[in-house]
Amino acid sequence: MNGKTTAPHTNDARIRLLLIDDEEGYVNVLANRLEKRHFHVTKAYSGSDAIRAVRGQDFDVAVLDLKMEDMDGLEVLKIFKQMGLEMKIIMLTGHGSQEAATEGLTLGAFDYLTKPCELHDLIEKIQQACRA
Amino acid sequence: MIKDKYSKYYRSLSWNLILTAIAVSFTPLIMVIGVLLYQFNVSYQEKTQAHLSELVQKHAQNIDTFLTEKLANLRQTSVNNSIESLSNSEVLREKLQNLRSEYSNVFVDLGVVDDRGMQLAYAGPYELKNVTYADADWFKAALQLDMYISDVFTGLRGHPHFIVAVKKHESGRNILLRATIDFKAFNSLVQNLKIGKTGYAYILNRKGEFQTSPPLEYKASPTGYEFFWNAVAKTKNTFIITQRKDESGTENLYAVASLKDGQWLLIVKQQVKDAFSDLNRMQNIAVIIFIIGGIAILMMVYYTTRRMVRRIRRADKEKEFMNQQVIETGKMASIGELAAGIAHEINNPVAIMVEEAGWIGDLLEEEEFAQSSNLEEFNRALKQINTQGRRCKEITHKLLSFARKTDSTVKDVQLNEIITEIVGISSQMAKYNKVTIEMNLQPTLPYITISPSEMQQVLLNLINNALDAMEKTGGTIQISTKISEIEPGHIVIIIQDDGPGIPEANLARVFDPFFTTKPVGKGTGLGLSICYGIINKMGGKIDVQSASGQGARFRIWIPVQK
Repeated sequence: MNGKTTAPHTNDARIRLLLIDDEEGYVNVLANRLEKRHFHVTKAYSGSDAIRAVRGQDFDVAVLDLKMEDMDGLEVLKIFKQMGLEMKIIMLTGHGSQEAATEGLTLGAFDYLTKPCELHDLIEKIQQACRA
Repeated sequence: MIKDKYSKYYRSLSWNLILTAIAVSFTPLIMVIGVLLYQFNVSYQEKTQAHLSELVQKHAQNIDTFLTEKLANLRQTSVNNSIESLSNSEVLREKLQNLRSEYSNVFVDLGVVDDRGMQLAYAGPYELKNVTYADADWFKAALQLDMYISDVFTGLRGHPHFIVAVKKHESGRNILLRATIDFKAFNSLVQNLKIGKTGYAYILNRKGEFQTSPPLEYKASPTGYEFFWNAVAKTKNTFIITQRKDESGTENLYAVASLKDGQWLLIVKQQVKDAFSDLNRMQNIAVIIFIIGGIAILMMVYYTTRRMVRRIRRADKEKEFMNQQVIETGKMASIGELAAGIAHEINNPVAIMVEEAGWIGDLLEEEEFAQSSNLEEFNRALKQINTQGRRCKEITHKLLSFARKTDSTVKDVQLNEIITEIVGISSQMAKYNKVTIEMNLQPTLPYITISPSEMQQVLLNLINNALDAMEKTGGTIQISTKISEIEPGHIVIIIQDDGPGIPEANLARVFDPFFTTKPVGKGTGLGLSICYGIINKMGGKIDVQSASGQGARFRIWIPVQK
């Protein structure tokens, strides 16, 4: 699924989106719905998948779940920042874990949403991130 | 049942303490009193006996001296004068005069008796000239000796007296110079001897006859006098001290000394009770001290033990209460953690379901489905899935806020302000339910340091519960605050409704997590348990009083920091 070096984005106006969550079902359905709304979505089912994906390709926005099995979302966030990526990062947090979200913001994330979130909220947030 | 078991334990504890304290304090008391009393007893008895024996010895000596003196006087008279001159009554009268003037009337009369018993001459108050003494015991005895003192006897004159006689030998002829000793004068030597209240003295001869005027209780010889003679003979002592019963059965102390070359006994007799009266008084004092001291100790022991046990009991109760609180808090915390875990786990599948439904909705918008007769029904079902998903989300949110408080920053707040604010928020809802909220807030409450948002959550929960309870009936909610009288240093908030109340069976469980009586889908059963957790964390207390049909009354105590 995750595309390698060849990036189909050069003359594509679509927003290049990276979805990172260890819940495959969630990633898949969200990807479907966003594709249908004209986003170019790349799926990553774990932190390491995500890191592999950003090495081969550029993205405009990443949607990052903070609670994952293999690697903590904040860890992934730190690695992205160390790699000097320019893409905006929107975090998804569980209810009541505002501390992690706040920490993510100080680490340079764009914003956060509490999960589960309404689709139109997410789309709005992504568009905000692109405009910024 | 539990209370019974405990009070039994405390009763046996107090008995242990009381008995130990009594044993510890009585043992030395008894020992001290006993040892002192014994020592006093021994030394006092020794002293009394020593005193008594000294007295009897001295008097025996005095009496002996008296007798030998009288004998010596008589002997002098007999030596200095010839039989002839003595036989002359005139001369004899002169001699008697001399003796009487010199020895204060101790000599009653004088007589000269020849060896056949005929009284040759007599001087004295009686008409006894030419009387014959040939058959008199004293005469027979005196004839054998140079000097003789008789026992007391009544004789010819009819009242007690005794005779002192001296034998004079001159030109082959024996005569006796005889004098009668005034019994009163002699008796006074003994009668003056008084000891204590019951002590007196008397003299007995070998036959047990009184040689002095007998004491009142004796008419004839005292029985058992042989005992004294035997005792004196056995010890070879001139005196003994002994303690024995007399005829009337009372214990007496006897001091005995032999007199007149072992012919008489001087006996001093005193009742033991009298002799040792000081000892008895001492014993009585000791007993009184013991009783008073004992009562004081008993009262002290009882009082202090009761106080001590009461204090231990209170401490135990406090400890138990603390333990229970710790357990309760621990239970709440672990439930909270569990709930948070579950909420997180449920969040993801719910999110997926909702999104999948959304995806179906997306697909249904495509043209190929636009003609479907069931399209509307599909959309309705999807909407329903979405709604239920949102409900799940609400539940998990509540669970999570039970586990961790959203904003637990504390600050100094005025409780009445928070209440007024919350009542304001709820008023719309209250109006809708036909419920009036009355406030009765004490205006001068001190500031308390709590998290205002937590307090709001608690109040909102309680008011919402009351509103829900009175949904159909309408009614009144009364909210009051004041300084607690039951719990010093606390503010108490009372929220009282007049709704249907809480059945007794549910009262104990209302603060348990997931306990709810609301219809399925309306309540999570977490509201009150969140309140409980919050108030507990504030160091306060929450309780509920209710009965079916009488409304519910929640009381919250919040400590005031000093």
